[in-house]
Amino acid sequence: MSARIGVITFPGTLDDVDAARAVRYAGAEAVSLWHRDTDLQGVDAVVVPGGFSYGDYLRAGAIAARSPVMGPVVDAARRGMPVLGICNGFQILCEAGLLPGALVRNTGLRFICREIRLRVEADTAWTSGFEVGTAITVPLKSGEGRFVADGETLDRLEGEGRVVFRYAEPAPNGALRDIAGISSADGRVVGLMPHPEHAIDPLTGPGADGLGLFTSVLGRLTAAA
Amino acid sequence: MIVDVLPKAEILDPQGQAVARAMGRLGVSGVADVRQGKHFVLEVDDSVGDAELERIAESLLANPVMEEWVVRREGQQP
Repeated sequence: MSARIGVITFPGTLDDVDAARAVRYAGAEAVSLWHRDTDLQGVDAVVVPGGFSYGDYLRAGAIAARSPVMGPVVDAARRGMPVLGICNGFQILCEAGLLPGALVRNTGLRFICREIRLRVEADTAWTSGFEVGTAITVPLKSGEGRFVADGETLDRLEGEGRVVFRYAEPAPNGALRDIAGISSADGRVVGLMPHPEHAIDPLTGPGADGLGLFTSVLGRLTAAA
Repeated sequence: MIVDVLPKAEILDPQGQAVARAMGRLGVSGVADVRQGKHFVLEVDDSVGDAELERIAESLLANPVMEEWVVRREGQQP
């Protein structure tokens, strides 16, 4: 039986279709979850995709983080279920308290949409298939992608090996310490601003580097089964 | 009820900076800094206590990681 990975759709989500496609490319079954669901249908992991949930009202990700589906996601994550938040999904995981810090307006005030190279810097549930230090190319497309946290939190993230992805160039959005993605202390919840789900096939993206996140978690789930 | 939310002083506020630069172009001088935030007006029953209002501000209206906030009853001086 293949692993089942949930993909959440909120009103305003854009990248759920590509996220589900990435899950299928990796060899898992994609299970659609709706923002009003309170039952995760027994999925083994969850992807919180990008977009503009609830129109980014209040703050990016703020309303989605308090939606019905996120209650069981937070509970399951605290028990060790792998969760990946991409772009708006990363913002949602920060607002839900699963990841520290926050994402704020890009320094240059411009929405950035281009390919970018990232360094994989930590071995987590979503990056176990990568060699630490590998560079991957994936699209970045966000207006509020600047990761911020207080100095103590940044030191802790770096000290505990929880900076999972760093921009391989000075962060174009002004993210502190060039941080593109981070993880929870147990390495099972990961959030990043760039979009691995758009880079799973050279036909439709810059390459297939992003597929590694989805095959990584699948390997982890299969090994645990 | 009024809740004012502002980005923390130590967090770069590029929107506020853009506003400050526009003032310079209008010929306004003497404005050292601008921070742009949000102003919430809530109609609240008298039964809702201060602690509950503080909880609303802290857990929803503001994100304590990047923002600071002030809660006050209407008519009350900030």
